[in-house]
Amino acid sequence: MRFLFKTGYAQDLRLFKHGGQVFWYGLLVALLLAAPFAVGEYGMSQLHFILIYSIVGLGLMLLVGFTGQISLGHAAFLAVGAYTEALLQARGLPFFVSLPVAALLSGALGWVLGLPALRLKGTYLAIATLAFNIIVEEVTARWEGLTGGNSGLHLKPIEMFGIDFGGDASFYYLCLALTVLSILALMNLLRSPTGRAFVAIRDSEISASCMGVNLATYKTMSFALSAAFTGIAGALYAHKVSFISPEQFTLLQSIELITIVILGGVGFIHGAVLGAAFVIVLPQLISIAKDYLPSNIAGSGLQAVVFGLVLIGFIIFEPLGLYGRWLKVRTWFELFPFYRRGMFRRQKSYMKSERLK
Amino acid sequence: MSFFKVDNLGIRFGGVVAVDKVSFEVKRGECYTIIGPNGAGKTTIFNLIGLLYPATSGRIFLEDRELTGFSPHQVADLGIARTFQNIELFEHATVLQNLLIGRHRHRKTSLWQELIFTGATRRAELAQREAVEKVIDFLDLAKVRDSLVAGLPYGVRKVVELGRALATEPKLLLLDEPSSGLNPEETDDMAFWIEDIKRHLGVTVLMVEHDMNLVSRVSDRVLALNLGSAIAEGTPAEVQAHPAVIEAYLGKAA
Ligand SMILES: Nc1ncnc2c1ncn2[C@@H]1O[C@H](COP(=O)(O)OP(=O)(O)OP(=O)(O)O)[C@@H](O)[C@H]1O
Ligand SMILES: [Mg+2]
Repeated sequence: MRFLFKTGYAQDLRLFKHGGQVFWYGLLVALLLAAPFAVGEYGMSQLHFILIYSIVGLGLMLLVGFTGQISLGHAAFLAVGAYTEALLQARGLPFFVSLPVAALLSGALGWVLGLPALRLKGTYLAIATLAFNIIVEEVTARWEGLTGGNSGLHLKPIEMFGIDFGGDASFYYLCLALTVLSILALMNLLRSPTGRAFVAIRDSEISASCMGVNLATYKTMSFALSAAFTGIAGALYAHKVSFISPEQFTLLQSIELITIVILGGVGFIHGAVLGAAFVIVLPQLISIAKDYLPSNIAGSGLQAVVFGLVLIGFIIFEPLGLYGRWLKVRTWFELFPFYRRGMFRRQKSYMKSERLK
Repeated sequence: MSFFKVDNLGIRFGGVVAVDKVSFEVKRGECYTIIGPNGAGKTTIFNLIGLLYPATSGRIFLEDRELTGFSPHQVADLGIARTFQNIELFEHATVLQNLLIGRHRHRKTSLWQELIFTGATRRAELAQREAVEKVIDFLDLAKVRDSLVAGLPYGVRKVVELGRALATEPKLLLLDEPSSGLNPEETDDMAFWIEDIKRHLGVTVLMVEHDMNLVSRVSDRVLALNLGSAIAEGTPAEVQAHPAVIEAYLGKAA
């Protein structure tokens, strides 16, 4: 076990708490930087998707994991990011302009979706966000003059500062840079007043507001930020698939996105990335497994069934997600042989003041 | 100029008149306590001061400024902090984070500065931590500063909640039953802290409390409430000896 001795306030502000963390994250970054030299074309493509989904995961983690709100409509923001990027690129704007615009537009729409969150909670909010997803999907399908309707839009590879980001490696580095920046932004937010206000809202709205947190401002801000992250991911996604159409941004996609945070571990930044990796890799594992399964099981519905089962399984057996599982395993080794079951159980809070609900 | 004044305050929930035409005034620097049997309307008065419920009648003033028309989060900005009878902490955050949320009204940085964590943000954060660290020292919370609230015993949570309210640097501190659920030693510590808050930090305290020992020890004046109405006001000894108060607690002598 490692004991940290606190010698100054600045210590709490550090992103890395001790040398071990610097070493391991340094190694991870080195491996990620080296990946294009070691990984084949197919693997690179998977890595692109993992990074793009990680950015969505970070946005959703901010909203679901740290602010305690729910959204079953994030595919809509992915769509806004993707379509903005496609339309602006077609009008000749460079990526470093179109990307911020995609983020801002998604963010603005996220702010709008945040408004019902001021009145709705839990399941009702989920339904409102779900309806929002359907509206955006319908609009993209019907507004043919702008979006090309169901025949979709094509994108060219990104070109910036004379560099072609169409190659596997260059696009990968672009995605990696944006993912790392997103992680840093989220970590910065969480060690600042705004991030703490989000956590306060998650844990007790009533006392957050008694501490001076304006619930309306911060809830809508959380939706807006979350949507902006997703918009950035949407812009990258559009280039990754190079052809976008409304059926890529359906409810099912939204559910896949929320799966990222639930599998990864609600409330952990690591969870966003782990969850994204899992959501991308699982379909591959399923298609490998199909070769060994009898043909009547290995139908096209298998993936949806496995996804559903995994989701339910995690909610029931490992609500802390993959990252929570890792924390438990690590603690088990650190404390061996003194690990107790239930050390990570989230305790029921003492009598909550019901009259104030 | 009066420091804090409640004038003719009232609220009804359907048929229940929870608070009925209550008026009182708290002087700067004193500890004013509201007592009364269960269901007397004490917590409801706090919720009315916090603007969590719209009052049916009456007005509330802090330093001659009327609170009506503000929203709940602005009450904190005006300098009123509170604790809850049943503890409302941020469960899945550490003690330090809980206290830092108390600093929310003193934040100075914008979202954009925070996203890239500028030098100004770092300086502001260090200043916040210094302020919080003073509260941690004052309430002797150093041992638990990095523990998650969810794992702490009840007595410690009560202190953390007091600390969070203090971290806001309030002018007026509302304490809803600070000693409930505490053992005698913890209650003793609590009494000591309340005296210190009043005397050394110069914070005015408005408290709801059942433990008459604690009340007599720390309060300057006491208001007794029964069924939503004020029945007696005065020094702790006067109020305790008041016939209407004895009757409210013990029932009419047969
Ligand atoms: N939100 C509400 N809706 C309906 N009735 C309420 C509400 N809040 C309080 N009441 C009622 O108002 C009355 C006063 O309640 P309050 O919580 O203020 O009592 P209290 O003096 O704090 O009692 P205790 O000592 O038990 O904490 C009670 O009859 C209670 O049932
Ligand atoms: Mg009460």
